[in-house]
Amino acid sequence: MYEGPVQDLIDELGRLPGIGPKGAQRIAFHLLSAEPADVTRLQDALQRVKEGVVFCEVCGNVSERTRCRICQDTRRDPRLVCVVEEPKDVLAVERTREFRGRYHVLGGALDPLSGVGPDQLRIRDLVSRIGTDEITEIIIATDPNTEGEATATYLVRLLQDFPGLSVTRLASGLPMGGDLEFADELTLGRALSGRRSV
Amino acid sequence: MSLYRDVGVVLRVSKLGEADRIVTLLTRRYGKVRAVAKGVRRTGSRFGARLEPFAHVDVQLHTGRTLDVVTQVQTLDAFGVGIVDDYRRYTTACAALETVDRIVTEEREPVLRMYLLTVGALRAFSGRVRDPSLVLDSFVLRAMAFAGWSPALGECARCGLAGPHGTFSVIAGGTVCAACRPAGAVRPAAATVRLLDALLNGDWTTAEASEEAARGEGSGLVAAHLQWHLEHRLRSLPLVERHEATIDRETRQPESSNPVPELIRQRASALEEGNGPVSSPGPVNTPGHS
Ligand SMILES: [Zn+2]
Ligand SMILES: [Zn+2]
Repeated sequence: MYEGPVQDLIDELGRLPGIGPKGAQRIAFHLLSAEPADVTRLQDALQRVKEGVVFCEVCGNVSERTRCRICQDTRRDPRLVCVVEEPKDVLAVERTREFRGRYHVLGGALDPLSGVGPDQLRIRDLVSRIGTDEITEIIIATDPNTEGEATATYLVRLLQDFPGLSVTRLASGLPMGGDLEFADELTLGRALSGRRSV
Repeated sequence: MSLYRDVGVVLRVSKLGEADRIVTLLTRRYGKVRAVAKGVRRTGSRFGARLEPFAHVDVQLHTGRTLDVVTQVQTLDAFGVGIVDDYRRYTTACAALETVDRIVTEEREPVLRMYLLTVGALRAFSGRVRDPSLVLDSFVLRAMAFAGWSPALGECARCGLAGPHGTFSVIAGGTVCAACRPAGAVRPAAATVRLLDALLNGDWTTAEASEEAARGEGSGLVAAHLQWHLEHRLRSLPLVERHEATIDRETRQPESSNPVPELIRQRASALEEGNGPVSSPGPVNTPGHS
C-alpha cells in the first residue's frame, strides 16, 4: 500500500476494465513522472468525454454533435444500414474499409439473464428509421456469441416482411488459421448453414 | 484436489478483464462451480464458443485460490444451437437457467437432481418438440419441488384437508380450503390446477392437451409462486415470450404479448414495499412434499 493520493490513483485505475493491480501501479507511476502538460491533456480528455459526448440521434453512435459524422456524410450510402451492438463495433467495421453504408447501434444485445429485453435496446428506433428513411438493406452484425445470435434471430423475425427491405447477416465462419477438428459446434454449425457455392 | 474433471451445464457467463470470463457451471458431482476461462473472448480461443450459456460440457478445472480455472473443455451437447435461433425458446431457456442459479445458492454442494433436471430441460428446449412455455413451467415446478417449495395442488396447503380446492394462495403455498383461505387468494380454473399437477409430475399427455387459457393462468401462478419463494425478482421472467409475438401491421412494432401477470406485479410491489417474507418459508408451506 502506498500513501494517500498515489494509492487512490492506483485504486481508481485498477477499477478500469482490463487493468490489473500491477498494471494500475505501472500507470500510476508513469503519470507521476510524466510532464504536467501530458497529464493535463489526459485530464481534459476525461473531462470532455463525460461532458461533451452525446449519442447520435439517428444511429446511436457516440458523437460530438446531435448527428454523428457518419450520418452526416453524404457520400455514405443511406440505403445500407449495418446494425451493431456497441459503438466499438462501428470502429471495428470501419477499420475494414469495406463498408460504405451507415450504422445503427443497438446499445447491447438481448440478454434476459441481465434483464435486457427489446425495450432496453434501440430496436424501436431502428424500426422507425426503416419506416422513414430510404433504407433497402439491413446487415445484422451482432457479436458471434449466444446473446448476439439471439438478437440477430429476433431482428430477422421482426424485419422479415418489410416491403422492399432485404435483411442479411454477417457470414460467420471458421477463424482463419485454425484446424477444422478444433472448431467448436456453434461455430461449425453457423459455418455450415452459411455455406456458399464456389 | 488441484486438477479435477466433471461434466456440467453453463448457467451464466460474465466478462472479466479484457478477454477472460467467469463461467458459472452446474456440475454433476461438485454442484455449482464458478471458474475463470482465460482468453475465451478472443476470436480463435481454444475454448471457442464451448463455454456459452446452455452448453453441456465435459470440463477440466484447476483449483485456484479464489476461483477455479478452466483448463480444458469438450462439448457434450451444444444445446444453444437449438435454442438461440428462436426468441421464445431463448427467453424461456434463459428463465430456466436463472431459476437454477437462484435456487442453488451454495457453491460446491452436490445437487445431482438439479443437474439432471437442468440437462433434461435444455434438451427439451433445444429439441423443439414441446412448447417452450410448458417446458419452463414444468421445470420451475420440479426445481421448486427439489428446493422443498412444491405448491400444494390437491390438498389444502395450510391444514392438509383433502381437495380438490378451488382457491390458490401463493402466500399459503398452493391450493387452500375455504376455511384456511387467506386474503388475496385467487380462484384459478380447475383445468389450470390439473395442468400444474401434470407439469409437476411429468404427465405430458395431459399438459399438451391443455387449453391456452389454462396455460396462461398456470404460468402466472408458477411465476408468482417462484418469485415469492426466491424473494427476488427474476430478471429474465418478465422478458419471457410466452407466445409467438405478432407484428402490429400499423405501427410495425411487435405487439406486446405480456405473459404474466397481475400476480407478479402484485408480488413485486409487495416486495418493494418490504412486505415480502422475512425468511424463506421453505418446506413449512408444503405439507406432503417434505
Ligand atoms: Zn449517426
Ligand atoms: Zn385448510
